[in-house]
Amino acid sequence: MSDPTRMTAAALADALASGDLSSEQITRAHLDRIQGVDEQVGAYLHVAGESALAEAREIDDRRAKGEDLHRLAGVPIAVKDVMTTTGMPTTAGSKMLEGWVPPYDATIVAKLKAAGLPILGKTNMDEFAMGSSTEHSAYGLTRNPWDLERIPGGSGGGSSAAVASWQAPLATGTDTGGSIRQPAALTGSVGVKPTYGGVSRYGMIAMASSLDQGGPCARTVLDTALLHEVMAGHDPLDSTSIDQPVPDVVGAAQRADVKGLRIGIVKELTGEGFSPLVQARFDESVQHLVDAGAEVVEVSCPNFVHALGAYYLIMPSEASSNLARFDAMRYGLRVSPDGIDAPSAEQVMAASRDAGFGDEVKRRIILGTYALSSGYYDAYYGSAQKVRRLIADDFAAAFGSADVLVSPTAPTTAFRFGDKTDDPMAMYRGDIATIPANLAGVPGMSLPSGLAEDGLPAGFQILAPAMADDRLYTVGAALEQRLVSAWGGHLLEQAPELAITKGA
Amino acid sequence: MADLTRDDVAHLASLARIDLSDAELDTMVGELASIISSVAAVQQAPIDGVEPMSHPMPIVNVTRPDEVRASLTPEAALAMAPASEIERFAVPRILTED
Amino acid sequence: MATTTTDDVLGYDEALTTFDPVMGLEVHVELGTRTKMFCGCATEFGAEPNTQVCPVCLGLPGALPVVNEIGVESAIRMGLALNCSIAQWCRFARKNYFYPDMPKNFQTSQYDEPIAFDGYLDVEIPAATGEGTEIFRVEIERAHMEEDTGKSLHVGGATGRIQGAEYSLVDFNRAGIPLIEIVTRPIAGAGERAPEVAKAFVGALRDLLRSLEVSDLKMEQGSMRCDVNLSLRAKAGDDPTSPEQLAVPLGTRSETKNVNSLRSVERAVRYEVCRHAAVLTSGGSVLQETRHWHEDTGVTTSGREKSDADDYRYFPEPDLVPVAPSREWVEELRSALPEPPALRRKRLLGEWGFSGLEMRDVINAGAIELIEATVAAGAKAQSARKWWLAEPSRRANTEGVDLATYAEQVGITPEHVAELESLIVAGRLNDKMARQVLEGVLDGEGAPTVVADARGLELVQDDGALEAAVDTVIAANPDVADKIRGGKVQAAGALIGQVMKEMKGQADADKARAIILTKLGVEG
Repeated sequence: MSDPTRMTAAALADALASGDLSSEQITRAHLDRIQGVDEQVGAYLHVAGESALAEAREIDDRRAKGEDLHRLAGVPIAVKDVMTTTGMPTTAGSKMLEGWVPPYDATIVAKLKAAGLPILGKTNMDEFAMGSSTEHSAYGLTRNPWDLERIPGGSGGGSSAAVASWQAPLATGTDTGGSIRQPAALTGSVGVKPTYGGVSRYGMIAMASSLDQGGPCARTVLDTALLHEVMAGHDPLDSTSIDQPVPDVVGAAQRADVKGLRIGIVKELTGEGFSPLVQARFDESVQHLVDAGAEVVEVSCPNFVHALGAYYLIMPSEASSNLARFDAMRYGLRVSPDGIDAPSAEQVMAASRDAGFGDEVKRRIILGTYALSSGYYDAYYGSAQKVRRLIADDFAAAFGSADVLVSPTAPTTAFRFGDKTDDPMAMYRGDIATIPANLAGVPGMSLPSGLAEDGLPAGFQILAPAMADDRLYTVGAALEQRLVSAWGGHLLEQAPELAITKGA
Repeated sequence: MADLTRDDVAHLASLARIDLSDAELDTMVGELASIISSVAAVQQAPIDGVEPMSHPMPIVNVTRPDEVRASLTPEAALAMAPASEIERFAVPRILTED
Repeated sequence: MATTTTDDVLGYDEALTTFDPVMGLEVHVELGTRTKMFCGCATEFGAEPNTQVCPVCLGLPGALPVVNEIGVESAIRMGLALNCSIAQWCRFARKNYFYPDMPKNFQTSQYDEPIAFDGYLDVEIPAATGEGTEIFRVEIERAHMEEDTGKSLHVGGATGRIQGAEYSLVDFNRAGIPLIEIVTRPIAGAGERAPEVAKAFVGALRDLLRSLEVSDLKMEQGSMRCDVNLSLRAKAGDDPTSPEQLAVPLGTRSETKNVNSLRSVERAVRYEVCRHAAVLTSGGSVLQETRHWHEDTGVTTSGREKSDADDYRYFPEPDLVPVAPSREWVEELRSALPEPPALRRKRLLGEWGFSGLEMRDVINAGAIELIEATVAAGAKAQSARKWWLAEPSRRANTEGVDLATYAEQVGITPEHVAELESLIVAGRLNDKMARQVLEGVLDGEGAPTVVADARGLELVQDDGALEAAVDTVIAANPDVADKIRGGKVQAAGALIGQVMKEMKGQADADKARAIILTKLGVEG
């Protein structure tokens, strides 16, 4: 039998079903891999070895008793540290929540547990998911498995790096402006932001409520679909959850059929501003889809040029309010201000929020406070909400002439640590292609399009109309088939082998 | 409005209850000014007469029945509190009445 | 900060010679839903601390609100009862400010899209002429949905008050309980009767909401809380409703928070009129500030000055979707509204046959519901009125609470009063004995029959004992007896008194009279 850590989730599920592998074997193999390489990668903030093995053994027992189990039961998973987990710390990458163990499970986590996926641990992220490089975690860097001197993307750098370095077959992510798709692109993995409301937000520590969306991270399109199906569905605990059946994403991934499908290339999301290296891989991918029988059309979304501005007003505004609850009164870090005897609650709140939040978080809170403050609301927040409507209208028009839209996921491949930390706007501009989908609530996928000339992975983004998530999977799977056959194997197999530093 | 002053940022920080140090204030004035001048471009978009969009999905009337669900135990509620006393959250003295 | 005030005040009548008061009232009503506004936690009053809390109402990271459907329904019913328009489409908004008993550091409320708006409530006040009552219309600006905060216990320091405390202990059981905030438009034109109008409005609102059964409306438990905004403007003549008067711009207002009884609403308005007047006549200017009301001393003290810092950064609550009540639903709720208390009052006045004066006393005593229930329990309307307005009403006044609250506190019910009345009708008690029994009921000795039994109160039914007593009294008062025999029947009163004394009060006076007259050979 091959190394379980190199197998897809679908293959692991088959091996579990046939009895070739036990969940304990699979889970242990991943824990060994984590112990062996994560010191270099830094994907995990918390490894839950014991509970993962206990969950694995329980699934093995239930399987032995002949219980009817979920297809993915026994396949381990990594959970982004922004989702609450009972019995495991949940920090959202912030000092503010160091050691916080929630008294409840996020709906996503409850669904994973109900389906029987052992949770390997919690993955690193930019603090409160604010960032595009995972450099803003309070707990240290996560490194890109392709080049340990480079960022893995963000905010979900931990989840993407974990699947890309064979430390988990599956991981959860959240995507507010690209936090699933951009790290997927930069690490050569697959990630999907479902339709807004498709996956419950209950128990996901909120950054921007109207933009946040949980979704799956994996190495193949089919694995992503399998996880998507587990995570999605209506949740009465989330008022914005869509009360409709989950689109048949697994069936779509298996169909992998683009014949007659109209693929729209978004004029505003190609060419200028996009690295020629990335653009070249994008063009090849489009050609693959044409070869597979798709029709290509060019569409224009003229208001996308304003998306970045609207996003960087709406997101910090909502975040400034969502993060107000971190006040050192009921949970989290409590710090007394220096040089004040018997400080007041007000002073302790202000000192704790200064000590507990990192620079990027403070920057966004202050920006959001400004955008909402009296006298500026209409000019900033109000204008941004109108732009949001224009962007949704652009999407609606584009989907009138195309079944899916495509673009490179990110303008460049992974950059080096520290390259953009001193220039927030430069960092923000990296989100240009992913942000429109969040503003409009439509689903998006990133999958690898190949290696750019710098030897780093580039991502291909597919966007579909709301509740047509299945289209992402059929297009993604069709493209993946052709690319994998052109590469002679999964792209990640070309990644440099990591040295095993411990254990294993 | 684009020329955000240091005092403006200090005021915003107090609204946001963040005790920024002088050094933080200095850095943030410049950073925010640059971000704001960039995002202010939204005002140049053709937004006249456009209906603001606050929700991505046009859903309305999501409610739940008035039925009691289990609460947390006080132990669970207070377990992660920085301080507690007689089943209550202990907080520093409060300066002003609400 | 001391609770005694150093503020100067002017006499009320003197203040009113120069100034015209304008009020605004904001009333918060805690709904009587089983669960909180945005989560399924129970809302029992008086539960052990932090036993009715969950991730949502504690503001834990990741938790999300879901609207209580009965919360929305109650808000719509209240809006309809207040003659408001009901929004076709409205949203919740976040009101952002930090406070230790507010878990999310924003209150989920409504801002520029309230569920109900543009209504009115007609309140009945004693007529300016002193004869009967008249209607004063209070316009309602809006009624909106929001949530309550937690409650703090202040530890250390001398008084248990917030000032001087060393730290505070917070219980979040109340956090998230649904509130409806009802806001009036500025109430002008009431002139010197402003305090009465304020009290009558809050009372009428309470009656109205009680009839809707949306809240238990216990002001002393904080389930109905009133903020009183008041400003003075120059008086433009004797008629507070004249166009000249109404055209005078409003002065700076103060906002007195948490005035929690009908009587206090009246007193707080009166106090603020006197305080503002003192400030203005001494050439000062009124600060725009919140004031705290002190029930014990009957004064307000300075709270927080309103300033630019009150920047609540309202924006539509992104975790909730809009509320868009269908017109069918609204009409269904409208058609199921109970009879408005004012109309009901008019109907009952006819049914009960009270005089205008009697009805006014009943209204002032807040006894309508009690009398109605007592009549329903079998008593005559006049008897029900007589008993409720006697000792119970007197004691409620002494206690400073309204009659219904007092009745609930001591446990006297309409059924008790009806039972008392039936004991009189059955001839078991006389009026005097009935009064004693009523006192026993108010003292918690039990139902009337139980009290009468325990106190041994019962008219003597044995005519033999009564006749013997009459014989004794006649023998002891030959002169009086002679006068009666001679036709001075009214002199019998003196003998009846003595017979009653002989019988220790437990005799039927009418019967005693009849026996005396018979024995003396005079026809009654």
